[in-house]
Amino acid sequence: MLEIRDLVAGYGGVPVLRGVSLDVRAGEIVAVLGANGAGKTTLNRAISGLIRPDGGSIGFEGRALAGLSAPDIVALGLVHVPEGRKIFPNMSVRENLELGSYRRAKANRAANLERVFAIFPRLKERTGQSAGTLSGGEQQMLAIGRGLMAEPKLLIMDEPSLGLSPLLVEEMFALVARIAADGLAVMLVEQNVVQSLDLAARAYVLENGAIAMAGAAGTLKRDPTLMTTYLGL
Amino acid sequence: MPFQPGCRRLMLQIDILLSALANGLMTGAVYALIALGLTLVYGVLHVINFAHGATLTAAMFAVWAAHDGLGIDPYVAILILTPLFFALGYALQRFVIGPASHGSDSNILLVTLGLSIVIENALLAAFRSDTRSIDVPYGFSVIELGNLFLPLPKVIAFFASFLVAALLWGLMAHTDIGKAIRAVSREKTGAALSGIPVEHVYAVTFGLGAACLAVAACLLMPTFLVNPRVGNAFVLVAFTIVVLGGMGSVPGALIGGLIIGVVESLSGLYFGESLGQIGIFLIFILVLLVRPAGLFGARA
Ligand SMILES: Nc1ncnc2c1ncn2[C@@H]1O[C@H](COP(=O)(O)OP(=O)(O)O)[C@@H](O)[C@H]1O
Ligand SMILES: [Mg+2]
Repeated sequence: MLEIRDLVAGYGGVPVLRGVSLDVRAGEIVAVLGANGAGKTTLNRAISGLIRPDGGSIGFEGRALAGLSAPDIVALGLVHVPEGRKIFPNMSVRENLELGSYRRAKANRAANLERVFAIFPRLKERTGQSAGTLSGGEQQMLAIGRGLMAEPKLLIMDEPSLGLSPLLVEEMFALVARIAADGLAVMLVEQNVVQSLDLAARAYVLENGAIAMAGAAGTLKRDPTLMTTYLGL
Repeated sequence: MPFQPGCRRLMLQIDILLSALANGLMTGAVYALIALGLTLVYGVLHVINFAHGATLTAAMFAVWAAHDGLGIDPYVAILILTPLFFALGYALQRFVIGPASHGSDSNILLVTLGLSIVIENALLAAFRSDTRSIDVPYGFSVIELGNLFLPLPKVIAFFASFLVAALLWGLMAHTDIGKAIRAVSREKTGAALSGIPVEHVYAVTFGLGAACLAVAACLLMPTFLVNPRVGNAFVLVAFTIVVLGGMGSVPGALIGGLIIGVVESLSGLYFGESLGQIGIFLIFILVLLVRPAGLFGARA
């Protein structure tokens, strides 16, 4: 579904990603792990069209994404829930969700709103509330809900558990599992190694802009070098 | 005679005061419309559009030309010039200002400043520095309201400005493009990742600003004169309104416009016509000193 080959990307000509290759297959949860500064967010930004790759290729359902804008990529069904949530703080919860279907699945907006409210009942209680006044966990739910409003085929989530209390982290991973159970492919970018590996079928470990390890989540979990060598834990 | 002479003088003074108030409110509504375009662009792009005044002048000349050349009534011209200026503003931002600015705010300032010089000089070349006006049959019609005589074109301008403001508010609150404009104003990256084309939204915002000016020009021309520099005077006032109301605030522009209209009219009454604008700039400085974020400003 998502095929990345030898991807080189960075900022102002300085490469951060130095030849990354990675696949996500339909219906699969793939974890991308890595310490702070490994290049995880840069990878997501390149996939979703926020920055232009300097080399390599990104394909989605057999289509090359080179040259497509971020909205064009959303239109294909590849949706990125960004690090730091990036919700619209000046707008209501409902308006935030509505804008998730600005480009895709607009005709199903009402039905998808109900679907998102079923997954995140807490958002339903706050439809009229200004998004900037939500708690961190609620903002994260809103960001994911906004992504779901576009009926994604592949959802990329960049550190959805960042900054949440341990209890909320548990809840967030349960919600990710629930969303993926509908057959949606998920690329889960995380630093919470144990929980991510429990959830994912396969995982990649990013280190210094390159893939250092890849394989089945169960295998990686038993690898003693994973934590110490690559994640700096 | 039921009234004492002193009492009559007082009544007369109250009438004059009320008339100045009404005139101020009516002019202020059009000021608000001009400020609305300025504050809208500021709220979304976070820069002042220095071409705003020149665009207003161009719109006023367009109204004049439509009337003088084609015999089109200025109120009918609203239906033609509003979409035309929307398209013009859209194209300017999408194909000139945006690409020429390379995403830097200070470049946008310079590009719009350059544009204003180009537009102004083009108008000077085409119309020289002559002042022109149009003659409409209702130009001097008045509406009687008790002892008040309100010029009909100003009454129309008052209500039309509020109608436009209400339409704009409805657009921003209830349509997808309006919501997208508000989204882009605070969170560009989140907007792009939601499928919102940010460059298109910028251009639509510019287009709406120019469309406000086209309406304002149509409402002004029955009572105002036009020359190649007239827009600057209006925009200086509009800028004061935007600062008073709070940069980027739509209700602020409306209330601020009315306040400034009344202040101008009253200080004109008490200090003389030529000093009418002094009151405005006193307010401008006072606001900057006391409440720099303006009446409705979010950020201090
Ligand atoms: N906007 C940016 N401009 C320049 N360098 C950046 C920018 N964003 C991130 N970087 C650099 O790229 C590297 C990878 O960052 P990032 O992709 O955010 O890593 P991660 O998400 O894995 O923590 C870091 O060294 C960081 O300093
Ligand atoms: Mg990151």
